[in-house]
Amino acid sequence: MTKVVLALALVLSAFPIYYMFIMATRTNEEAIDVPPPLLPGGHLGENIARLLSTEDAYFVTGLVNSAIVSVTVTVSVVLISTLAGFAFSKLRFRGSKILLGLILLTMMVPLQQMGVVPLYELMVTLGWTGQLKAVILPFLVNGFGVFMMTQYATQAVPDELVEAARVDGASTMRIYTSVILPALRPGMAVLALLVFMQTWNEFMWPLIVLNPDNPVVQTSIAALNQAHGTDYVMLFTGTAASVLPLFIVFVAFGRQIVGGLMEGAVKA
Amino acid sequence: MTLHVDSPAAPPRPGPRRPAGRRGPERGSGWARFDLRATPYFLISPYFLLFAIFGVFPLGYTLWVSLHEWELAGDKTLVGLDNYIELITDEAFWNAVVNTLGMFVMSTIPQLVLALLLANALNKRIRGRLFFRLGVLLPLITSVVAVAVVFTQLYGRDYGMINWFLSFFGVDAINWQNEKWSSWIAISTMIDWRWTGYNAIILLAAMQTIPKDLYEAAAIDGASPRRQFWQITIPMLRPTIIFTVFISTIGGLTLFTEPVMFDGNPTMSGGATGQYQTVAMFIVKEAFRDFDFGYAAAAAWLLFALILVGTLINYSFTRRIGGSK
Repeated sequence: MTKVVLALALVLSAFPIYYMFIMATRTNEEAIDVPPPLLPGGHLGENIARLLSTEDAYFVTGLVNSAIVSVTVTVSVVLISTLAGFAFSKLRFRGSKILLGLILLTMMVPLQQMGVVPLYELMVTLGWTGQLKAVILPFLVNGFGVFMMTQYATQAVPDELVEAARVDGASTMRIYTSVILPALRPGMAVLALLVFMQTWNEFMWPLIVLNPDNPVVQTSIAALNQAHGTDYVMLFTGTAASVLPLFIVFVAFGRQIVGGLMEGAVKA
Repeated sequence: MTLHVDSPAAPPRPGPRRPAGRRGPERGSGWARFDLRATPYFLISPYFLLFAIFGVFPLGYTLWVSLHEWELAGDKTLVGLDNYIELITDEAFWNAVVNTLGMFVMSTIPQLVLALLLANALNKRIRGRLFFRLGVLLPLITSVVAVAVVFTQLYGRDYGMINWFLSFFGVDAINWQNEKWSSWIAISTMIDWRWTGYNAIILLAAMQTIPKDLYEAAAIDGASPRRQFWQITIPMLRPTIIFTVFISTIGGLTLFTEPVMFDGNPTMSGGATGQYQTVAMFIVKEAFRDFDFGYAAAAAWLLFALILVGTLINYSFTRRIGGSK
């Protein structure tokens, strides 16, 4: 019984992804066959070539932009979260409980939807619409990251270690670089992966603030969809290409991601 | 934010405050004292600084904009609560609210039930556990846009695999985009597909912290596995269930990408008669298609109110799970 449930879950999880990759290797005639083909075809190369040469989708630009945005945001979130997580977990200062509570509270607010109008006006005022910094800056901090790093540091760094470093005369920043960062490394890796995926996935704000000729990969697919709604294989080739980086990350670090999610969940 | 630095003349306080620092060799030096007091604020300041600019400011400003007749680079007239009054009599807005709530309920309930079943199965002693866990997380790492593209194709009227499958059961081809109920089902399954495995993993993690002797004691008392599941597992999972419901509430009520991609065109109308337009789409449409910023801002605040109410209702509901019985 257990095996049946799990096997079924696995098939249902994997099938749409499998289907996406299959369609990327087929022609449009094959894609609308009934029943549809379930094995790879031989047209992947030509589909990719056609995707890359489609002018109005700017797919390559989208891929490059997404990489820039995701890496920048990930580095920033991890750095800022470890700094704050260190302070909240290992340092005593007035108001720390209230400030941490405030961060938790803001995690409940859907800032993306709530703040979309003023953020747009802000970007217009600064003249940043259409530029990558408009999609980078609002995501540089992440309440979830601070929370996660606070939890992680509480667990992974013994108080005695921080005390010992103090006795040896280390400054707070020195403790951060020599004691905290090495101990946090596994947690940082999980946070980095989650943030990278989340940023890579961002759709609504880039759709609003970027121009069609300078998209991120998700809005570039939306443009493909809009312009070539019936050109299925192009759409699927683009989608498959947009998911591929995430898959590589998942194959390489899947075990850590599962572990990190489970650890975070127990503590939450 | 104010820095809190005690004056040097203040007498040392009794008690165990900052024991690490006071034992330090440099305890007398001004720099060490300053470092101890001020650096924590320095460490958290990047977060709060950026959050103030890109989080707090937009929220407050949205409230201000919502009280105006406000066009981009155009007229800005203070109109008080006019936008709100207009909204609560706007059928299109209520249509979006009903759609959002409908798809939220349709996606969240099966999702959590399935996730519980799946977590229970994953918790059994089986070979290849990691493989199964990775497998059910696969959908989470697929981008939402990709999910929407694939499912929209699967739900196609003429060539879609789902209609083809249903035809074996004598069901005529369904035009999934056409009706409220069918488009809600299609979009809900996209959400379920992506998030069920994630919720299962979270619930599994919590399941593993339940002490084994609880089950042993129950087994000795003659409780069946089913009874153990309902009377031990579910009540012990309550905090985690609340957490997952909470995450689903925010995600569900801000639903945007799936219905936009399902539509295929960027007008944010959610189908010919708005049958699957969500509140988030309504906001974007008012602001960036009709350039009625004040109206969109008011809708954003009503969305926030909706989320608050939804969270409270769900909280009081899930709090009772496995409570008394």
